[in-house]
Amino acid sequence: MIGVGKIKQYSNVLDKPLSKGKQEVSLSAFSFLFSELVQYNQTQVDNIAELERRLEDAGYSVGARVLELLCHREKGNRRETRLLGILSFVHSTVWKVLFGKVADSLEKGTEHEDEYMISEKELLVNRFISIPKDMGTFNCGAFVAGIVRGVLDSAGFPAVVTAHFVPVEGQQRPRTTILIKFAEEVLRREARLG
Amino acid sequence: MAAIYSLFIINKSGGLIFYKDYGSAGRMDTNDSLRVASLWHSMHAISQQLSPTVGCSGIELLEADAFDLHCFQSLTGTKFFVVCEPGTQHMEALLKVIYELYTDYVLKNPFYEMEMPIRCELFDLNLSQALQKDRVALLGR
Repeated sequence: MIGVGKIKQYSNVLDKPLSKGKQEVSLSAFSFLFSELVQYNQTQVDNIAELERRLEDAGYSVGARVLELLCHREKGNRRETRLLGILSFVHSTVWKVLFGKVADSLEKGTEHEDEYMISEKELLVNRFISIPKDMGTFNCGAFVAGIVRGVLDSAGFPAVVTAHFVPVEGQQRPRTTILIKFAEEVLRREARLG
Repeated sequence: MAAIYSLFIINKSGGLIFYKDYGSAGRMDTNDSLRVASLWHSMHAISQQLSPTVGCSGIELLEADAFDLHCFQSLTGTKFFVVCEPGTQHMEALLKVIYELYTDYVLKNPFYEMEMPIRCELFDLNLSQALQKDRVALLGR
């Protein structure tokens, strides 16, 4: 699915130079492709939870690759070891490269130590999508949650990432929050590092 | 003042997939709107055959005493038509805008089944915004 597609111009893909590439992709083209991805997965599953999981898995593959690419292009092959470092990397760099802008906000959860939230007024992937009423709280932003999980996991910060709609007063459309819940070991390591 | 009475969208087989009425005059119930839609679909097709000009793509404007009907047919056969007050300007442009909204918020929606009635929240939202803007622009002139 996503991530599987090679343009073979060189005999060995490793010889091909890592160029900057085209910075912009048509939003319409992406929307149609993403719509097809959702529709395809809908035919393969029986329930909504399963559909969300599949979208997340698709995003996971993207996240893992994006981390490798951005570490090389943007950060000169340096690795983030601190929690805040990797979070601001996701919030700014990853979002900038994928969606053309930094995420709206990054917050620390008030109730639990291990929760962080990245909020966005409207996720790019959800721009043209209207969820039917009978699908309840399903959010196609599960794909983006998967991307974030892929980045964090590959960077050594295992976490459970989910996407939620949060209703906002005065606005018809709810804002989207990506909730990141880090694993125990991450917090212990962070505490050790001081 | 120039006003739109109703908006219809019909699929390529003539079935009504979207109906919205805006004026008190000409308000009709579901059955009537379905009937009008299929009536228009057939008339549009017949007019294409009957037309004396070569390469005619069907009726674009119908002018009557109490209303005007502007119709836009996309390349895929989906028809957008709006019933409005006689003499309303810029309906062609409005229909093009509605077509763009359709391609964006209906066709890119993975939960929309082709040729089925449109039940997309974003489409309704943006449609009313576009018509508001249009109304303001018309009143401004």
